[in-house]
Amino acid sequence: MESNAGRIIEIKNVSFSYVNEVAEPPVKTQVISNLSLDINRGEFVAVLGHNGSGKSTLAKMINGINLPENGDVVVDGMNTKDESRLLDIRQTVGMVFQNPDNQIVATIVEEDVAFALENMGVEPKEIRRRVDEALKTVGMYEYREHAPHKLSGGQKQRIAIAGVIAMNPECIVLDEPTAMLDPNGRQEVMKTIKRLNEEQNITIVLITHYMDEAAQAKRVVVVDDGKIIIDDVPKKVFSQVELLKSRGLDVPQVTELAYRLRQDGIDIGSEIINEDECVSALLGLLKK
Amino acid sequence: MIKDITIGQYFPGKSVIHRLDPRMKLLLTTLYIVMLFVADGFLGLAAGFIFLLFAFFISRIPLTLMIKSIKPIIPIMIFTGILNILFIDTGTVLFEWWAVKITTGGLKTSAFMIIRIICLICGTSLLTYTTSPIMLTDAIERVLSPLKKIKLPVHELAMMMTIALRFIPTLIEETDKIMSAQKARGADFETGSLINRAKALVPVLIPLFVSAFRRAEELALAMECRCYHGGEGRTRMKQLSLGVNDYAALGITVAFLVLVIVVNIFTVI
Repeated sequence: MESNAGRIIEIKNVSFSYVNEVAEPPVKTQVISNLSLDINRGEFVAVLGHNGSGKSTLAKMINGINLPENGDVVVDGMNTKDESRLLDIRQTVGMVFQNPDNQIVATIVEEDVAFALENMGVEPKEIRRRVDEALKTVGMYEYREHAPHKLSGGQKQRIAIAGVIAMNPECIVLDEPTAMLDPNGRQEVMKTIKRLNEEQNITIVLITHYMDEAAQAKRVVVVDDGKIIIDDVPKKVFSQVELLKSRGLDVPQVTELAYRLRQDGIDIGSEIINEDECVSALLGLLKK
Repeated sequence: MIKDITIGQYFPGKSVIHRLDPRMKLLLTTLYIVMLFVADGFLGLAAGFIFLLFAFFISRIPLTLMIKSIKPIIPIMIFTGILNILFIDTGTVLFEWWAVKITTGGLKTSAFMIIRIICLICGTSLLTYTTSPIMLTDAIERVLSPLKKIKLPVHELAMMMTIALRFIPTLIEETDKIMSAQKARGADFETGSLINRAKALVPVLIPLFVSAFRRAEELALAMECRCYHGGEGRTRMKQLSLGVNDYAALGITVAFLVLVIVVNIFTVI
């Protein structure tokens, strides 16, 4: 093992661009330029950025779907350019996508959760055990014999997550997993993600453009125009309201409220990122 | 209206027939079809019919469902019946007018054919009613797996079937959505001539195709992320295994087949 055993993902000076070959002459669009990012084991990192900022491209680089043009992506000591380790990499870093309908393969919930394990050639009995365990972890065990198309969006997304955690990955990358869900579904999925991080110590990389979801992470990385502009704990990130707004990003509603109050000369802290903090800060002000 | 389409027409249940190994059910259905074609007299056919009734009662499939499965083939039955009546002229003549000649032999044969078709359809429907499509696909994959040796892509075919079955409800739902969207923009699917109505479907089909391709791309990506790399080295969670019930069912079916053959021999003598 290398000395940096605490790091699960190392992204070193990577660049990536898409080439539109249909256009005449072909147009090359640089999506990621010279970006570096290290993610430690057990971290819960949110990657924020508006549409087209390169955050999804970055996510797909982590498990070797997109290979960097320059630089390297190393997952648990394995370089994603090493094709012989591709299956190991994908087993280490599981991926959940935005649309739950387009990532469920089988017609029965438990068959779908078993899909990855069947691909990996795991023994049938072991598959059964791990499928049941994964379904219980996401709270969908009672639905194991249902047809996926009859479930709600949040439930389908939890099935997709179960399909990934059945592989026993060290890290899960979720690419806007809540973008197509209703508020209830979003909450279900966020709860599941947080539980996986806290109870099973799985590293979570959550790509999102919802500020209140990013605020629940332990570290927030803001990507804009293919570069990292901020990388810090949520409180510090969201206190930079002007910088975020200048990049077309928002802050959580409560942070926005505190920011405006502060602008009107009211003495309220700049590190408010959730409702509880906001309520106690406001109560504190009123009591004065 | 579009939601009424059920593919595979599986009727969930927990009867003995439902619980039989799908591979065995495929074999039994094949034997049953052989039985029907071997029978060359009403007595043999009656044995096949009794076998069908027997299986039908154990399966606890509602009678209306069975009748529904016969409905679409009524035209074929009528056609076969009329052809046999017109073209077979053995036996005594019952009725003769111009070129039309109806004989007892013709009537007998057409009745025989119709009963055979009914038995055939009901028997095979029983297979699809009692076996979920995914089980059937699974069974077909396993039954055909020896053909992998001659480079037939058995696993790939079964995977395609599974994905097709998985996406039918999704695509139906999407078609419904697109149709509503087009209706909201003034599209008219219900009136006009057949050609006009077919033309009206073009603005539904094009977005459907585009989205289907996008789905395919995303699904392929998701499958790759879950280590899919073809059938090589793949295991299955659910192992199929033949139990006592399966062998008992096989025994009974073979007994009926033998009975039909014996009946044939005796009626010939």
